[in-house]
Order: sequence, then structure tokens, then C-alpha cells
Amino acid sequence: MAELNTGGGGDKGGKVRSKKQSTRVDLTAMVDLAFLLITFFMLTTSLSKPLAMDIAKPDKDIKDENRKELKASQTMTILLGKNNKIAWYMGVPSPNTPPTIEGFADIRASLLKNKQEVKEKMGGKDIVIVIKPTDGSTYKNFVDIMDELSITKTNINAPAIDDDPAHLMDSEKDFMRAQGILK
Amino acid sequence: MPRVKVPRKSTSVDMTAMCDVAFLLLTFFILTATSRQPDPLDIKTPSSTVQFKVPDKDLAILSIGKGKVFVELIGQDIKRETLLKMGALYGAKFTEAELKRFAVMSSFGVPMQGMKQFINMSPEERTKSKFETGIPVDSTANNELYRWIEQSRYAVAELHKTEMRVSIKGDGPEEYPVIRKIVEVLQKQKVNKFSLITSAEAAAK
Repeated sequence: MAELNTGGGGDKGGKVRSKKQSTRVDLTAMVDLAFLLITFFMLTTSLSKPLAMDIAKPDKDIKDENRKELKASQTMTILLGKNNKIAWYMGVPSPNTPPTIEGFADIRASLLKNKQEVKEKMGGKDIVIVIKPTDGSTYKNFVDIMDELSITKTNINAPAIDDDPAHLMDSEKDFMRAQGILK
Repeated sequence: MPRVKVPRKSTSVDMTAMCDVAFLLLTFFILTATSRQPDPLDIKTPSSTVQFKVPDKDLAILSIGKGKVFVELIGQDIKRETLLKMGALYGAKFTEAELKRFAVMSSFGVPMQGMKQFINMSPEERTKSKFETGIPVDSTANNELYRWIEQSRYAVAELHKTEMRVSIKGDGPEEYPVIRKIVEVLQKQKVNKFSLITSAEAAAK
């Protein structure tokens, strides 16, 4: 350890013995300060980074000639309504098979069930999901349904997100209005 | 009987090692810290189970809440270049000092007319002022949000030679039509792939 020589440096007359002083400094205050700063920086650092969910939408302008044909019975259309309600149906909507109204808690079971049924009926083909968020739904609903798709792995065929209000069919509108979930 | 003398020991502890560790940790936290800036919009992002982390460069974040849109560009050089380009488009000249001030700003939601004045305010004045009305997204084809995204994409492509990612950070209860309006602006310039920023949620079994 370095030592401080604090004796007077003069050489007057006899030898002056420099007094040895302790080199110890009281570090308590310094440690206190250091830990205070540590606490501050720990609290202000955002440790958990937010996550990003990738969304791909089809190009609006390209008129693709070689579109893939899909069987109606292979598709499941999910309508997001207001008050956190979902209406879904398989294939084409008809008065005989009205859409099912569900909350977000039950949609996972339905997705898994439909995925299984399509696979059995269509000889191993995967389900295709069409999502139509209507004007009454919220952003959270949309994120939730995309999340459910990735949890149930029903997004093997990229889900089609159709949010154009003009694409909402009259039969769909009528049904949703009757159920009170259309804005 | 002689009393047993208990030797008095000093109560002072050697703090050198403790001090060393404390400062080591302090240095670590200071260097890794990216201080959290207050968000002008109070946004509660919905949660999801996705595992993909938001990248920390070449990114634009569109914050959407209460019907307003704020833009945050990551990277000081990108912000600077984008503002230069925007100034050229809208006929506004920015001084070197203003460019510097803009480069350290986080998210902003100011129409271009008020931009110069807004940059020269102190952070307290900014929150108090009624300038932050969101970036205008009107029905015209080339609205300001469109321009901001377009110019920042140019800036990223020129400076970093890569494609800029666009992320949407939406407030959970925000109504879908607002989101749709923003997505339409993105799709108009062929940004068909973007990401939604969510907070973490315990993975479902």
C-alpha cells in the first residue's frame, strides 16, 4: 500500500522523524453513494425488452394470376366483433349453419377442433384461417387472435387478414347485427 | 478471582473490497443503461406469447393511442438524416443545433409546421405545449405520416444499407379502424410486413 509522507520536509538541524499516519480512509460514505447509484440505474434500465409479432399482409395492388384455389370447407372465417366477442364459421356462411359466437377464452378449443376436423376430412390438408376485424373490435382483440393462431399452430398457411370493411359480406353483417356485436 | 478481560475489537470493517464491487456494478449499469423516456402517449401494449425480441436498430416505432400517432426512429444518425429530408420536402431549414436536438429526442407527434418551434423547447415545455397532436394522417395520398416513413426508409437504406423495419405499438383498447388507417398508409408504400410490439406473457402449454 502506498503511504503518504506527511512530515515536514525540512532539513533543519537535527533529523526530523516523519510521523507515520494511518492510510486508511473511511469508505462507508463512498459505498453508500455507490449503492445508491446502482439502485438508481437498476431501476431505470429496462431489463425486459418488448416482443415483436410479425404480421404479413398481402399486397393490395398486385393482381396475382396464379392464385391458389381453396376449398370452402377448408377455411375458417373469424369475425372480430365488439365487446370482445368472436363469431366464426367454417366454409361459406348460410342460414342453416349460423356462425358460432364465442369469447376469447373458448376460441382456442374451437381452433384446435377445426384444425383436427379439416385434417381428417381433407386428407391431411391444413386449415386456412381468414380473419376479419370489424370496426367494433379493438387492437387488443386483433393481437389476441393472432396469438391464439400461433399457439394452436393454425397459422401454417399464413392467415389472411382482411380488414377492408367493404369485404364484409352482407350475410356476415346481418348475423353480427342480430347478435349485437356489430358496431 | 480475576475478571476475564474481553479484548475490545474494532468495529470498523475493511470496505475496500465492497467498494470495488459496488463501483464495478455501477459501471456496468451505467454503460448498459438506456434510460427510459416518458412516453407522451400512455400505451398499454397487449401481451402475447411470441418470443421474437424487438431489434434495437433500423427500426421505426409507430405508437398509436387515443387516435393519435407518434413516430419514434431508432438511431441518432437516422433521425438527423430523416429530418433533413423532411425539411427539404416541406420547405423548412433546420440549423445544426436543431438537428442535434432532434437526434436525441425519443418519440414525437408534431405536424411539420410546428416542428421547428417544438425542437427548440425544453422537455418540460414540450409536454405542456399543445403541439403534440400526433402526426397528421389525413386522407390525402401523401400525408405526413406517409412522408415520415418514406423518408426514414430512405435514410436507413442510404446510411445503413439495409431495410428498415416498421413496428406498431398500439394501445390495447384502441379501436381497430385507427390501426387500419395506419396499416393502409404502410401498405400504400408496399410495407406489407411489419411487426406488432407486445409485452411478454407466460407461454401457454
